[in-house]
Amino acid sequence: MKRPGWMWFAVPAATLFLAFWLLPMAGLALIGAESRNGQSAYWAVLTGTQYWVSLFNTVALSLAATVATLVVSLPVGRFLARHRRFRGRRLLISLLMFPLAFPGVVVGFLIILLAGRQGIIGALTKWLTGSTMVFAYGMAGLFLGYLYFSLPRCVGVLTAAAEQIDQSLLEAACTLGASPWRRFMDIELPALTPALIGAGAMSFATSMGAFGTAFTLATQIDVLPITIYNEFTNYANIPVAAALSIVLGLATWAVLYVAHSLAGTRASAGA
Amino acid sequence: MKTSTTDTRLGLAVTLAVAAFLIGPVILSVLAGLTNNYFVGLSSGLTLRWVAEVWSLYADTIWRSFAVALLTLVICTLVGVPAAWVLTLHHGRLARALEELLTLPVAVPGLASALALIVSWGTVSGLRGSVWFIVIGHVLFTLPFMVRAARASMQGADLATLDEAASTLGATRMQRFMHIVVPNAAPGIVTGALTVLTLSIGEFNLTWLLHTPLTKTLPVGLADSYASMRLEIASAYTLVFLLMLIPLLVGLQWLAARGDRPISTTRTSS
Repeated sequence: MKRPGWMWFAVPAATLFLAFWLLPMAGLALIGAESRNGQSAYWAVLTGTQYWVSLFNTVALSLAATVATLVVSLPVGRFLARHRRFRGRRLLISLLMFPLAFPGVVVGFLIILLAGRQGIIGALTKWLTGSTMVFAYGMAGLFLGYLYFSLPRCVGVLTAAAEQIDQSLLEAACTLGASPWRRFMDIELPALTPALIGAGAMSFATSMGAFGTAFTLATQIDVLPITIYNEFTNYANIPVAAALSIVLGLATWAVLYVAHSLAGTRASAGA
Repeated sequence: MKTSTTDTRLGLAVTLAVAAFLIGPVILSVLAGLTNNYFVGLSSGLTLRWVAEVWSLYADTIWRSFAVALLTLVICTLVGVPAAWVLTLHHGRLARALEELLTLPVAVPGLASALALIVSWGTVSGLRGSVWFIVIGHVLFTLPFMVRAARASMQGADLATLDEAASTLGATRMQRFMHIVVPNAAPGIVTGALTVLTLSIGEFNLTWLLHTPLTKTLPVGLADSYASMRLEIASAYTLVFLLMLIPLLVGLQWLAARGDRPISTTRTSS
C-alpha cells in the first residue's frame, strides 16, 4: 500500500484553509473577547437589547421564509416528479433553476422591480384601486427576497427526492383503497421528510446570512447581517461586529449541522 | 396509477405561479434595461443606449470580475482536485475532518469570513488593495464546490485499483495523478469549474467588504448602480450580468443532462 503518500496532495488545500479561514476566524473570535471598558464584546452583545431584537428579527424572518418556501416547493416538486414528460418541461425546469445563480443584490433589485416605488405591483394596485402599494423596502420585501432566493434550491432538492419515491407503494395503497390524502400523509410525506429537513436547513441558513438582499432593499432593516455591517463600517466597533459574526456563524453552522445529522443529507448554504 | 385531477391541477397552478414569480421580475428587468423611459413604458421605444452607458461606466468591473473568476478557478483547480483525490482514497478521521472543515466557509455567512480576513490579513501591505484579496475570499467560498464535484467523478470508477496497478508498473505519483486520476475525473472537474466561475462572478457578501474603490467587481458595481443610478441603467447592468451567466448555466445543465458519468476508458502512461 502506497496510499499514505497521497496525503501530501491535500496539504495545499489544508494550508490555504488554515491560513485564510480558520486562523483568521479564531482571531475574530478573540477580538470579540477583548475587554473594552472592563467587559468583552460578547457580554455587550448578550446584554444589549438591540442585538437581541436584531437576532430575533433575523430568526423569525428566516423561519417564516423557510416555512413558506417549503410549503410552496412541495407541490412543485411533486408535480415535476409525477409528470416526467410534457411539452416544455425542460424549459420550465430551466426557468425555475435560472435564479439559482443570482446573488443577493440582484434578488433585492428584482424585488424592487416587483414591489418597489416603480414596481409592477404598485402599478397594478394603482390601476385597480387608485393607491400605489409599495412594500419592498422593509420586512415584507425581505421576506419576498428570501423566498425568491430559496425557492429554486428547494424545488430542485424536493423534485429529486420526489422522483425517488417508490411508485409501487403508492399503487398498492391505492388498490387497498387509501384516499389521495392518506397516500400523501402516510407514504409521500415520510419519504420526503429528509429532503424537507435538508432543504429547510439550507434555506434557513442562507436567509440568516443573506446580506446582499437586505443591503439592496434598505440599509436600515434590523437584521443581523445589516447590524454587523453597520457596527463595522459606521461605528468602527470591530469587537462587537466580530462577536456578532461569531454568534451568527455558530448559529448558522449549528442549524446546518443538526439538519445534516437528522436527515443524513448534505446541506449547505449557497451564495 | 391514476393521479387525482385536483392534485395535478393544484400542482400545475403552483408550479406556474412559482415560475411567474421567479421569471416575471427578470423579464421586467430586461425590459427596463432596453426601454428609453421605464416610467413612460414600452411606448417610449426600445434602445441599447443604457447598455452602452453601462459599458462606459462599468466596463472595468466587468473585466475585473472575469479576471477574479479565472484566477479563482485556477487556484481552486490546482488545490481542489488533489484534495478531492485524497478525500476519495482516505476515509479516516483526519480526512473526514478536513472535508467538514473545507465546507465551513460556505456554511458560515460570507460577512463573517470577510471580517475575519480583514482583521487578520488586512494590514499586510499591498494585499488589502489588490484583487488578490478578493480572489482569496472567492477561493475559500468556491473550493468546496470544486472538491465535491471532482470527488463525485472520482468515486465512480475504481481508480484506486488502477492507481495501484500503475504504481506496481513503476509510474511515479505525479504520472499516476495526471494520467489516471485527472482524466477520469474530467467531467466532475468541468462541472466544478463552471460552478466556481458562476459563484465567483456573482459573489457579493464577501466581496462587498473585501473590495476597495479601485477593486470593484461586477456585483459591487451592481449594488452601486442600484443605490445611485436611474432604474434603466441599473437594469441594463443587470442584463449584462445575466448575459454573462447564461453560457455558464447552459453548460452546467448540459453536463447534468449527460448524466455526469465518468469516462470509463483510461489512458495510462506508457
